Amino acid sequence: MASVATGVDLQATRAMRPRRYMDRKSLLPLLLFLPPALILFTLFVVMPMVDAATFSFFDWNGYGPITDFVGLKNYEDVITHRNFGTAIRNSLIVVAVSLAIQLPLAMWCAIALAERSWSINVLRTLFFLPFMLAEVAAGLIWNFVYDGNYGLLPAIGSAIGVEMPFVLGDKFWVIPAIMLVITWKYFGFHMMIFIAGLQSIPGEVIEAARLDGVKKWQIVRHIKIPMIRSAIVISVFFAITGALQLFDLIIPLSNGGPSHSSHTIVTFLYQFGILRMKLGFGGAISVLLFIACVVVALAYRRVLFRVEQN
Amino acid sequence: MATANPSNKKRRPVISPVQWLTLLIMAVFVIVPFYTTALGGFKEIGELRVNPFGLPASWDPVRFIEILGGPRYFSSLGNSFLIAAGTVVLSTIVASMTAFALAHIKFFGSKFVLGYLMLGLLFPSATGILPLFIKMRDLGMLDSHWGIIIVQVAFSVSFSVLLFHNFFKELPKELVDAARMDNCGYIRIYWYITLPLSLPIIATVGVFNFVGSWNSFLLPLIVLNSEAKYTWPLGIMQFQGQFGSDWPRILAFLTLSILPAIGFFLLAQRYIISGLTGGAVKG
Repeated sequence: MASVATGVDLQATRAMRPRRYMDRKSLLPLLLFLPPALILFTLFVVMPMVDAATFSFFDWNGYGPITDFVGLKNYEDVITHRNFGTAIRNSLIVVAVSLAIQLPLAMWCAIALAERSWSINVLRTLFFLPFMLAEVAAGLIWNFVYDGNYGLLPAIGSAIGVEMPFVLGDKFWVIPAIMLVITWKYFGFHMMIFIAGLQSIPGEVIEAARLDGVKKWQIVRHIKIPMIRSAIVISVFFAITGALQLFDLIIPLSNGGPSHSSHTIVTFLYQFGILRMKLGFGGAISVLLFIACVVVALAYRRVLFRVEQN
Repeated sequence: MATANPSNKKRRPVISPVQWLTLLIMAVFVIVPFYTTALGGFKEIGELRVNPFGLPASWDPVRFIEILGGPRYFSSLGNSFLIAAGTVVLSTIVASMTAFALAHIKFFGSKFVLGYLMLGLLFPSATGILPLFIKMRDLGMLDSHWGIIIVQVAFSVSFSVLLFHNFFKELPKELVDAARMDNCGYIRIYWYITLPLSLPIIATVGVFNFVGSWNSFLLPLIVLNSEAKYTWPLGIMQFQGQFGSDWPRILAFLTLSILPAIGFFLLAQRYIISGLTGGAVKG
């Protein structure tokens, strides 16, 4: 009896001791490790969004107390603003062209470049290079290419005897011109995601299909593309969120012009909210943009989840 | 041997001529803007229009020398470097500590903390840029490199913690357990066991945050006022504004500004790619 009792006691203390020991030992590290990230994140990422929501119900120029409550007027002003529709339209065009042209192109290149060899590595690095370049630098390089007086495009035009328009100063041409730069800058990024997906397909699957006499493009269409669906979903997600936050590239290219025809949501926010210090108006844009991003992200999670279940 | 050869050929899919043609066109499409930019710095302005693709008439590096000797180039690149280096060091420390606590220390609410930090992946940091400006102004962080560094660390927390957390979870649990048995505290485990094993992920996160900071434009644009503190994207925009359409000069400045980044990219690309694909696939 006595020995059993001590056994129980021992077990109890053994069970107790580590737990108490752990609590005391983990308190200090937690107090040291967690607060820096939590404080920075709360202060500079979460709070600004909360502030944006607050500001959006007031008329405020950034100075003095915030007292001028205006209800939903800022939202009304944003939605009825002449250039807001343009900004939304342009962002949708960017998404559409990315999905219709850029991603298929990236897929086409990825299928060719998913193998491992020296020359292929060079091409892969080359195609990925524009993605690494700062948007500002890419924008300026292409601003030169398009420049109506000294640029590459009019030089090519005069070589083949065609008068090229000043594309960045032309309300119609400015959007296709920007789309070409976006494709140049980002198709290599999507290609890399596709290549990572293609390389994760087990070689036996392809080998088996090949031995069964399945043609190369049938393998691509019926095996490779279905098997990298999650990579495609991710790529589509980046294309959409990229379009929603497009800013750095537009400023050096067209600065939203001519006559505000090439604004995106963020350049619109910059032009009419930040530069004019209209906190309420800018806050309303931020809230709308935030809602758009969260909707896209949640929809993406759901789609990705379904893809992974299949 | 005779039978091995055809099957070998089969295993190696040939890239079709149409594919090669597409790759070739894409390669030209990617290279030409770089090529004309690099050569444009040597050409006279009139030469740009008549001789867009050929080599310059003379290889006179006068503009390059002028830029290298001027005050703007090195100061703006130096500012960018200081900010990027500060961001990398701080964000590595902050994010790895948090990820360590979330991955290895059991405490009430750890799931909640992780979920809270991952909220940052839902929306781009540019969304709240205007209230952020007000906040930085009220805290006296405007027009300072420190202000940019601290905010960039905050911006990068979500993605960095995600990458570190995924990596720490994969480390053998026995190491941490064994160290705990030996009465080793969490702080020492973090410093002497986890971090030395995590050099690949530290490199990935570091390279990622460096490139992000080096290329960033919107945040420095609204934070910095004095020219002496400008980062290189601001410097180059100002340079372009000042010299209007003196393209040879602007192209020379562009070439010199992107060269360090291209060199860095060629050295570090595998970390960038592993961060992209690893973070994207697992996230």
